[in-house]
Amino acid sequence: MDSKRMDGKLKAGGRLERVLRSGRFAVTAELNPPDSADPEDVYRAALVLSTVCDGINAVDASGAHCHMSSVAICALLIRAGYEPIYQVSCRDRNRIAIQGDLLGAAAMGVRNLLCITGDDVSVGDQPEAKRVFDFDSIQLLRTARMMRDEGVFLSGRKLTTKPRFLLGAAANPFAPPFDWRPLRLAKKIAAGADFIQTQYCFDVPRLREYMKQVGDLGLLDEVYMLVGVGPLRSDRAAEYMRTKIPGVVIPDEVVERLRKTPKNQQREEGKRICVEIIQQVREIKGVDGVHVMAYRQEELVAEIIEGAGLFPRPRKTGASDPASRARPRSRNSPEE
Amino acid sequence: MLRFLQNYPHFLEVVFDFFEKLIQPFGRWLNPGSVLEPAVIWIEEVGKGAVFDCRMCGQCILHSTGMTCSMTCPKNLRNGPCGGVRTNGNCEVYPEKPCIWVQAFERSINMPEYGFELMAIQPPVNRRLQGTASWINMLQGIDDDLPDGWVSTEEIPIVTPEVEVEVRKTWTVNAWTVNSKREAG
Repeated sequence: MDSKRMDGKLKAGGRLERVLRSGRFAVTAELNPPDSADPEDVYRAALVLSTVCDGINAVDASGAHCHMSSVAICALLIRAGYEPIYQVSCRDRNRIAIQGDLLGAAAMGVRNLLCITGDDVSVGDQPEAKRVFDFDSIQLLRTARMMRDEGVFLSGRKLTTKPRFLLGAAANPFAPPFDWRPLRLAKKIAAGADFIQTQYCFDVPRLREYMKQVGDLGLLDEVYMLVGVGPLRSDRAAEYMRTKIPGVVIPDEVVERLRKTPKNQQREEGKRICVEIIQQVREIKGVDGVHVMAYRQEELVAEIIEGAGLFPRPRKTGASDPASRARPRSRNSPEE
Repeated sequence: MLRFLQNYPHFLEVVFDFFEKLIQPFGRWLNPGSVLEPAVIWIEEVGKGAVFDCRMCGQCILHSTGMTCSMTCPKNLRNGPCGGVRTNGNCEVYPEKPCIWVQAFERSINMPEYGFELMAIQPPVNRRLQGTASWINMLQGIDDDLPDGWVSTEEIPIVTPEVEVEVRKTWTVNAWTVNSKREAG
């Protein structure tokens, strides 16, 4: 079977890949892209994340809102010595533009990709725009894989130097059809995914069920799972997120808990919920890390990571006893 | 309208099977540019339009997608649902419409013959075939003409039908119903 884990060679050689292979619990975070032409805005946002993260996601016009482009953010992050995760969505560009950007990004030193479908233009600030969707996320993932492993464009034309990428994909265990979600993950792994970043997790029992199904399919050793988490600023923010942002599911219990908290303590409570979720998620078999998305509250990320006991990085659950430390998640270890 | 027929996916896959065999002998006359092409296009547009809301992509994969036209997805996804599906199973883009992939999944479960093809990885769409006759393209193998760089994954048994069927039996909690109850309550 085709997987990251069979051979000992690093696929991309980036920091994220090294952390994941080392058996440490990985942390990635999302950088809120500036609406500005000033690189300082990117550096400032990255600074608070960089000390606690193994990778910084440069989002590609998330929510179909126009911001600084993800490839440019990656370039700036690399210039400053950080490890970016380049998010590529299928919404805005066709296959020709995307393949060109992948090469360019690799040339600048980008080592991690996240291939996503992208939110529809209708939820954005320019809903009258044309939607492209020339690829879907799985075709994009497959194409990136072919460029990396076969060294060819989709057309079959040869590349003189192959790009080195750790390939990522998104998963949303919290959206229906639930029984299809683990199977879709299987498809993404077959298409070439090395790691997965999930949508916001506020419903831990649902994630547990999903991970069990993924385990039943025998996929836990095939891919690194990073679970998406994030602090809620207030009950109103939670309500907005679950009604307006596609794919975000927040159970009533969580919103209720925030609503019962006095207004001036809600931010603190939202942070506490996030820390609790991280602690619960860490216990789930097959979870290799978390992906923190703190929309417009990046300054909280460091506190959350420290609060959850992830700094310095602990080993993954299940790798703590000496027997399993010698052979962590057998096929994941670089020595083999 | 004949859309209700989509709720009988097993019937449709039997029809597909029969139809595929039926048109094989006519391969000689059914070519792109032949005099029969406009007629075939017309039949497809009207017939598949009525049943499937066909978008004439010219590379039909209906039997691999639970007899549900994947091109009717606003994002044109060919490989499964995006992450934006609403908790009630409706589309991210059109809140009042059901997600076509939720329907495709439910229908594929009732398709003993082709249902598992939902797991196949569909190659990128060949946009040049838009508006042409998919039956002719199928007969002549035109829709199998993939980009040279595309590495097919058919031989990778990431999940076999046997594993999938076996595993599904053990998934006792049907979260789909649990969540829609929560939504309703």
